[in-house]
Amino acid sequence: MKVADRVRQTPPSGIRKFFELAEEADDVISLGVGEPDFSAPWAAREAAIDALERGRTSYTANRGRADLRRAIADHVARYDLDYEPEREVLVTAGASEAVDLSMRALVDPGDTVAVPQPSYISYGPTATFAGADVLPVQTRAAEAFELTADALREAGAADADVLLYCYPNNPTGAVMDADDLRPVAEFAREHDLTVLADEIYAALTYGGEHDSIATLPGMRERTVVIGGFSKAYAMTGLRLGYALAPPEAIEAMNRIHQYTMLSAPTTAQFAGLEAIRACDDAVEEMRDAYDRRRRYTLSRFREIGLDCFEAEGAFYAFPECPGDDEQFAEELLSEEGVAVVPGSVFGEGGEGHLRISYATGMDELREATARIERFLD
Amino acid sequence: MADQRELLALLLEDARQSTADLARQTGRSEAEIEAAIDELEAAGVVHGYQAVVDWANADEERVEAHVELNVELDRETKYDDIAGRIANHPEVETLRLVSGDFDFAAVVVGDSMRDVSGFVADRIAPIPEVTQTVTHFVMDTYKHRGVDFGGDGDDDRLSVSP
Repeated sequence: MKVADRVRQTPPSGIRKFFELAEEADDVISLGVGEPDFSAPWAAREAAIDALERGRTSYTANRGRADLRRAIADHVARYDLDYEPEREVLVTAGASEAVDLSMRALVDPGDTVAVPQPSYISYGPTATFAGADVLPVQTRAAEAFELTADALREAGAADADVLLYCYPNNPTGAVMDADDLRPVAEFAREHDLTVLADEIYAALTYGGEHDSIATLPGMRERTVVIGGFSKAYAMTGLRLGYALAPPEAIEAMNRIHQYTMLSAPTTAQFAGLEAIRACDDAVEEMRDAYDRRRRYTLSRFREIGLDCFEAEGAFYAFPECPGDDEQFAEELLSEEGVAVVPGSVFGEGGEGHLRISYATGMDELREATARIERFLD
Repeated sequence: MADQRELLALLLEDARQSTADLARQTGRSEAEIEAAIDELEAAGVVHGYQAVVDWANADEERVEAHVELNVELDRETKYDDIAGRIANHPEVETLRLVSGDFDFAAVVVGDSMRDVSGFVADRIAPIPEVTQTVTHFVMDTYKHRGVDFGGDGDDDRLSVSP
């Protein structure tokens, strides 16, 4: 059967190869997992079970259950975000759907989407599938992998139409606070860029509160904030996310969503509602655990001589590695049984680095860092 | 006392981890951690470190019972006095004063049901202030000290994912 050109021309993710290598090997400790090692809080799971028991298995409103949209609007008020549940909130099947919808609803074929790199692997292909051209904007270890106005300018993003970024960042663990975001916001206003801010890791910010670019002057009207339940509430498999944006953008995204998805999974919506209502303590416990592992990991890397900037968000560290990162990752896996993801998989600026996920138990982290130390000797 | 809370959380999670690992996780020096632990012990916050044992999987006969105790106080005898008399028995693993229908909640352990019921009948019930005992033998343990004994602990995530 004929496969569409734009799909055929999009290579499979470089992560796939390491997944296959790791699956084949024995006694592997994986620091390559991009999701929490916790299960969703029991209260949220119980709400899902209860919804199933009561037979709540029909579609919901396209935009998501009204009570969930109200809960989301209340929830994001902690980040000083103010959205009207009826017209400015869209519940999606994971944050990934929100990224896809915002791209398809707001981008015309031939438009340019600026994507800071290293970045989550889906952004480029999602833009491509929407018919847009991707403009990589490189971030650097020396600048703690933050996006700067200079980097945007150098890359030629002044002529772009959309800027799509993720902070706290996968794969680097970098965060940007309001002071860091201000020049980016100014650049976006000056050059009339729409900003798609993937803030899926917002709750996993250590040592400070998460700041959203949409709270900066003149930004709310040009920003789509993307969030979700996967990372904070350890609900990846339930597929529940949301988009927050001005009414015209949500209306446009919902136009696609109603034809293609109809509504986000109903069971997950019940779980999500309970998660917001009752699971703040569970989120705090998980965040504290990640933070302890983060400090442990960074401290061990310093001891064994892997240079690593102070990652302050998500559950990733992005240390430099000697030599070629792909070769390093392959040998580390075959010789010591530790799976990591080479940084070059995440685009320009990722080469010479490794993505280390510390969403794994302390015993595994201890053993994995000991093996890396042995490998480096 | 955010530091104390963090250290306690770490010790409760795994009291066997090294001082060096505790230091790495908290961003403090090993000397600071050692001093903080000494302080917790000296202040009577931490009384000891024990394993969490699922006796059902051990090759041991062990019987455990929760015993409810009602007592009668008088001018010379307070709860603390009676508690001392009960807690001194090595068979008594835990003793707490509780609110509600009875006064003390004890956990008593022994090698057999006869052992435990004999202990309650011969050592606890005869204490003059004790007016009533109700013994509940433990039949199964599902969760103890925050540890789920039934969980398989399997990690079914994909080994590498974006």
